[in-house]
Amino acid sequence: MDIPYTTSARPDTGLWNAKIGIWLFLASEIMLFGGLFSAYIFLRLDAPPGYWPHGLLNVPVGTMNTAILIASSVTVVLAWAALKMRQFARYKFYMGITIVCGIIFLFVKLYFEWPDKFHHFGAYIREDRLEKYEPYLGNHHLREKGLEMRREITGHLHNEEALHDQNVHEYEIQLDQVNAAPTDPASDRPHFWPLPKTDKIAHVAKEDVERATMFVPSHSTFFATYFTITGLHGLHVLGGVLIFIYFWLPVGANLYKRNPEHLANRVEVAGLFWHFVDLVWIFVFPLFYLL
Amino acid sequence: MSLKGFHIVFITFSTLLALGCGVWAVWLNQVVGAPMYLLGAICSFLAAIGLVTYGVWFYRKMKRLRLIT
Repeated sequence: MDIPYTTSARPDTGLWNAKIGIWLFLASEIMLFGGLFSAYIFLRLDAPPGYWPHGLLNVPVGTMNTAILIASSVTVVLAWAALKMRQFARYKFYMGITIVCGIIFLFVKLYFEWPDKFHHFGAYIREDRLEKYEPYLGNHHLREKGLEMRREITGHLHNEEALHDQNVHEYEIQLDQVNAAPTDPASDRPHFWPLPKTDKIAHVAKEDVERATMFVPSHSTFFATYFTITGLHGLHVLGGVLIFIYFWLPVGANLYKRNPEHLANRVEVAGLFWHFVDLVWIFVFPLFYLL
Repeated sequence: MSLKGFHIVFITFSTLLALGCGVWAVWLNQVVGAPMYLLGAICSFLAAIGLVTYGVWFYRKMKRLRLIT
């Protein structure tokens, strides 16, 4: 039995089935990501001074990933247009590029961006001990300039056992530039170009710390929202790549031989999903990386 | 909305992002004074011009192929 309206429009809606289905699905996705973005914005607006980090993410890498996703949107449309013109070889070529772009995006995210965070350490200093760590925080200097105070000392944790061992009483941190030279005017504003590590080591007593972890979701509200939204987005990218691979395999070729318009419609629906996923990233990038 | 319509919307948002990045980098260059940001601004504006050019090319191509009626 054939499923009706896979290639022709339903008389009452004027659309074929999958087109309605994907837009209903995308409407629910808009609500999902819309809720998460709203949560991010309100959490950020309500964050106490010194608790919301700036410039922690790698902007050049984020920019590259943005360019890759925009390029993949172009190639998926070209793949669909090739199918509409019944140029199957060209469709395979463009779809192959789309798949590669999606895989590169995920690779950069999973093997570079996220692990880089998991090896970075941050300790929030208790309110009554801020003065003790003034050489690393530079809050007097910031106050004079009317800038937001610092509460966190970040860098590479030398003694990782300090995270779990109760007998280790201090963290040994190889400081980031911002804490190594906190009164340097160059540290007044966040750096969006990654700075080299410094050789300066700080010893931070555990009793002076409000909380201290690697840059994992439990580290701060920022990283909780960052990993939630980019993780969910990454799962969507993975879903899109799997669908494209399915269409790129012989399954797609067989469907093309039987009914090329049906494959074109399937690719169009998958392409709509892919565009939505890319559009989400267009909002993620400035919100998390730049602002 | 069809894929081609959504693609034009997407390219519009991408262009706005590129323009926004350019303005952001110009502002950052004025505040921080690092030439790296000026270079970023130039690249962003060039990307915006490229996206607009592509968008126009895409629309015309789709119309020529009668994929946009």
